[in-house]
Amino acid sequence: MRAADAMMEALRAEGVDHIFGIPGGANLPTYDAIVGADLRHVQARHEQAAGHAAEGYAWASGRTGVAFGTSGPGATNLVTAIADAMMDSVPVVFVTGQVRTDLIGTDGFQEADIVGITLPIVKHSVMITDAAQIPVAIHEAFHIASTGRPGPVLVDVPQDLSKEEITYEPPTSPVELAGYRPNTEGNSKQIRIAAKALANSKRPVIYTGGGVIKAEASAELREFCAADRFPVTSTLMGLGAFPSDDPAWLGMLGMHGTRSANYSMDEADLIVAIGARFDDRITGKLSEFAPNAKFIHIDIDPAEISKNVPVHIPIVGDVAKVLPKLTREYQALQTDPSRLDGWWSRINAWQDEYPLTYEPGSEGEIKPQAMIQAMHRVTGGDAIITSDVGQHQMWTAQYYGFNKPRRWINSGGLGTMGYGLPAAIGAKVACPDEQVVCLSGDGSLIMNVQELATAVNEDIPVKVFLMNNGFMGMVRQWQELFWDGNYSGVDNGPSPDWVKLSEAFGAKGLRCDDSADLDEMMQATLDHDGPALLDVRVSPRENCYPMIPAGSAARDMVG
Amino acid sequence: MGTSELIRLEDLQASRTLSGRKHVLSILVENRPGVLARVAGLFSRRGFNIDTLAVGPTDDANVSRITLTLDGAVHPIDQVTKQLHKLINVLKIRDMEPSETVAREMALFKVSAAVENRAEIVQFAEIFRAKIVDVSRRALIVEVTGSHDKIGAFESMLRPHGLLEMVRTGEVALTRGGD
Ligand SMILES: Cc1cc2nc3c(=O)[nH]c(=O)nc-3n(C[C@H](O)[C@H](O)[C@H](O)COP(=O)(O)OP(=O)(O)OC[C@H]3O[C@@H](n4cnc5c(N)ncnc54)[C@H](O)[C@@H]3O)c2cc1C
Ligand SMILES: Cc1ncc(C[n+]2csc(CCOP(=O)(O)OP(=O)(O)O)c2C)c(N)n1
Repeated sequence: MRAADAMMEALRAEGVDHIFGIPGGANLPTYDAIVGADLRHVQARHEQAAGHAAEGYAWASGRTGVAFGTSGPGATNLVTAIADAMMDSVPVVFVTGQVRTDLIGTDGFQEADIVGITLPIVKHSVMITDAAQIPVAIHEAFHIASTGRPGPVLVDVPQDLSKEEITYEPPTSPVELAGYRPNTEGNSKQIRIAAKALANSKRPVIYTGGGVIKAEASAELREFCAADRFPVTSTLMGLGAFPSDDPAWLGMLGMHGTRSANYSMDEADLIVAIGARFDDRITGKLSEFAPNAKFIHIDIDPAEISKNVPVHIPIVGDVAKVLPKLTREYQALQTDPSRLDGWWSRINAWQDEYPLTYEPGSEGEIKPQAMIQAMHRVTGGDAIITSDVGQHQMWTAQYYGFNKPRRWINSGGLGTMGYGLPAAIGAKVACPDEQVVCLSGDGSLIMNVQELATAVNEDIPVKVFLMNNGFMGMVRQWQELFWDGNYSGVDNGPSPDWVKLSEAFGAKGLRCDDSADLDEMMQATLDHDGPALLDVRVSPRENCYPMIPAGSAARDMVG
Repeated sequence: MGTSELIRLEDLQASRTLSGRKHVLSILVENRPGVLARVAGLFSRRGFNIDTLAVGPTDDANVSRITLTLDGAVHPIDQVTKQLHKLINVLKIRDMEPSETVAREMALFKVSAAVENRAEIVQFAEIFRAKIVDVSRRALIVEVTGSHDKIGAFESMLRPHGLLEMVRTGEVALTRGGD
């Protein structure tokens, strides 16, 4: 059969039912094959957005997303999404068209060395040199993208090769690669040592991250924490893996985390890092990070162990496999639960003294934090929320209160503005029966606003709650606090008219500028049968607190 | 309550140290286009400095060997090897134990050799078991193989005689014994 058709068969064999992309000359054979294939192609309006949609799809579903682009500009437009998927360990297979093999290296029309360009930002990549390899490369790409530490894999397919006739048999055994065998089990001796250290700890903190969600290990995490009353915090990427209404929950940690989470890290004697990578938004000033603590680190990627912070008890493995073993070992030790009483009373005191809070606004004013609380009310706290990058993202993380995994989809590592709307489209495609809301900022939303066309034309009823403060708020906040209020490039001005813009795309547009109407307007947006955007005019100069200034220590939180 | 067998937190040690010495990494990779670019790119992206690099075939046509040396005083070697292992085309990495390794480098030196100097250069070459591989009216080319240090020593002997040009390979290495 034609190699392009074999590619579709291979994708189907991998369980793919949705592809996000845009065609062009170099992937015409592929797009010809899509027509007859038993899967849905969602035509994005920008390849970057196709990539983010595939990421949103992957986050929401736990499966591997797929994005297509043509050669040259199609491929380079994918670069930001590839980098984003790399930083946040999102399993996405990117398939790019490439110019014909006889044109490669000649600066042919729409030629770009996309494999070369993306070398540092992929988990793996291949440029096809033999047509028969096309379906094989697809199977290998899915294997690599979805196992171990997930990540993006790029398959670059020259146009002429995808037209060749090849024979294709779906594989009967799993992919085996000599140079790739992730270690998932965890060393049982190390797990035993960890349990014994934990049993002796008087001030433990469980620091969880995105790896718990990747591992589908929320239940295992809950059981582990219930083995004693371990205090639990999470990074931005792990929110929802542990329920925010559990008494052991400290809130998010890090730069915009709660004081109780950050102070607990600061005073802990033992920190158990679970699928978290000691990012600088967490550690702040490295030399003063958790100065009293020893570290247990459970991570599937050996290179994360002791990368930023020297670790005392490393456990390389899949959280879902390691945690139950650790829980068993710990329970066998019959520890004295009262030894944590003193620690909990210290933590409870911080929680009482420093709850997340904000100054109430004037009559009718919509405080951004209150907007997130309203969103929680109208969605029952149970929607899939995607976000962009900035203050609105942090307020959502602080105030929404995620109780389940895969409900919070955002760009943490790369911090990509323009991520939220396409990610919502991908999430809604993956989970059509769930409420999907993109909570965005006016600076971010416009970066991929063209995707309203995708939502309308493809009939994907996502909702956008726009937290409109008229500024590049997060940058404005830094300029106010650390650059003497010397504002530069952060005023978004009056343009656009978001209601008209939404309507121009064929979506519903609504506006709210009075706090008394907010719940009702949000409800109306959700109730609309189709894509809808609510432009919410919030306090323009609110700052996001609390905050650890960059490069400072947890103790030095402000606000 | 059985706490005696528990682990005292004070006794826990973190492992992440700089070895302080030169390391020779022998890396077996799949013989495919672009693999060297992946390895080299990883080094530059992570800020690891390669001191010398040599690439060549092995007894298996599908596998190439990259031998590279780097300074363990500046780079945590286990972080380097763990990052390398993440490359799918990297099959095996060996951080070669100096006492169990035979490592060699080759160099060619072009020295200006007026007739009156030639005897002396030939004498140095003999001491270092180097070979004169080309003789012309104004210059000699000398070939020498040996450890990194030996070649360095030879170079400093030749320099005063007018070193015109030189080229050195990266180190290549194998472990002693039968494994
Ligand atoms: C404006 C802005 C502000 C931010 N402020 C904060 C902040 O205040 N607090 C905060 O926390 N973050 C913040 N971030 C996000 C931050 O930049 C990092 O993205 C985030 O802290 C990383 O989260 P993580 O450690 O959970 O790692 P992730 O990037 O989610 O990595 C997951 C880790 O789990 C491992 N893993 C994956 N799968 C498995 C498995 N099956 N088993 C075991 N391990 C696995 C991976 O190897 C990796 O080490 C902010 C981002 C932005 C854009
Ligand atoms: C693509 C991109 N460009 C620039 C930045 C830097 N940046 C971080 S937050 C921010 C402002 C975001 O503004 P907005 O979306 O309105 O959100 P707010 O902070 O106002 O809630 C900018 C410009 C970025 N993260 N991504």
